[in-house]
Amino acid sequence: MGDYIVLIISCIFVNNIMLAQFLGNCPFFGTSKKMETAVGMAMAVIFVLVLAGVITWMAEAFILKPFNLEYLRTIAFIVVIASLVQFVEMFLKKSIPALYAGLGIFLPLITTNCAVMGACLININEEYTFLQALVASFSYAVGFGLALILFAGVREKILLARVPKPLQDTSIALVTAGILSMAFYAFKGMV
Amino acid sequence: MAKSIAQEFTKGLWAEIPPFRLVLGLCPTLAVTKTVQDGIGMGIATTFVLLCSNILVSALKKVIPSKVRIAGYIIIIATFVTVIEMMMKAYTYELFQSLGIFIPLIVVNCIVLGRAEAFASKNGVVASAADGLGIGLGFTMSLGALGAVREILGTGALKGDVFGFVYNIPGIFGDAFQPFGFMVEAPGAFMGLGLMLCMLNLIGKK
Repeated sequence: MGDYIVLIISCIFVNNIMLAQFLGNCPFFGTSKKMETAVGMAMAVIFVLVLAGVITWMAEAFILKPFNLEYLRTIAFIVVIASLVQFVEMFLKKSIPALYAGLGIFLPLITTNCAVMGACLININEEYTFLQALVASFSYAVGFGLALILFAGVREKILLARVPKPLQDTSIALVTAGILSMAFYAFKGMV
Repeated sequence: MAKSIAQEFTKGLWAEIPPFRLVLGLCPTLAVTKTVQDGIGMGIATTFVLLCSNILVSALKKVIPSKVRIAGYIIIIATFVTVIEMMMKAYTYELFQSLGIFIPLIVVNCIVLGRAEAFASKNGVVASAADGLGIGLGFTMSLGALGAVREILGTGALKGDVFGFVYNIPGIFGDAFQPFGFMVEAPGAFMGLGLMLCMLNLIGKK
């Protein structure tokens, strides 16, 4: 049990997928201008990353490993993730329209979100068991959501500040992300 | 034909240089620029994928149905990423290890998919090749520059081996220099890129 708590803390804070491992930067800067979109994106990532983590783990363990096809991992994973996202989109549209209305536009963006693909690859590289992979995927997604929502809060405040002209927009966003990353850096060495 | 082939090539080097003008592909930019060596290695790997996928997407643009085009592009890109992954594993193993999962992650690099969708699917093979090569070299230059800033400030030296080109410049600032370790850590990546973007904005948009 203790191991899992350590794993959760390490995935959410110490090795935060966004601020320490630099995965998923594009949606991080793209959807953090408004709190609303940030929350939508965070939810969509949590939803897809957990599913993708589980399914790619199974694909690796039951298909790629037994047949010695590890060199096809990159292609296999991206196909699995892309079709999973498409499937989730169609399923939500048909069965849970309320949730689809909330997540809808963010789902297609997730295919090219490297946080999803990256977390799946990390699960395999670290040789996690099934349960560890499930917990790690969930924690990584929560860490991403946490960073995204915190950052959106800060960015909404920046709108009210007078930023020097050359620093405007992406530039100040990057510097702010650096400061947020410093805050998360303080967790280093905890686990 | 609005622009000549040469213009398609050179726009990637300054006017639309990623990741500064085109804010895409930030993940590898931030993650692998601890040193010049990793930055340029990553840039060259991305250039290879970008060039090959642009050529193939452009050649197949009439064959791929538009409804499933994104899936088709991703398969094409993933194929070339697997090729470069195996090549780097065989010939430049050290670089392969230090880049780690960021080589398979070229698949989800938005620059590659972005150019396939925005350029190669609408233009001819030669123009697409020029575009891919230009954007790729621009990306390599940016990664090299950011890597240089971070490595020089963070360790006070430049050292590495880029595909056989070995260089070693110790103690750039003299012995009394205290390395600014912050720059090679995660927060330094964000700050470094943010401030470089600011400087490019100061020099002026073209």
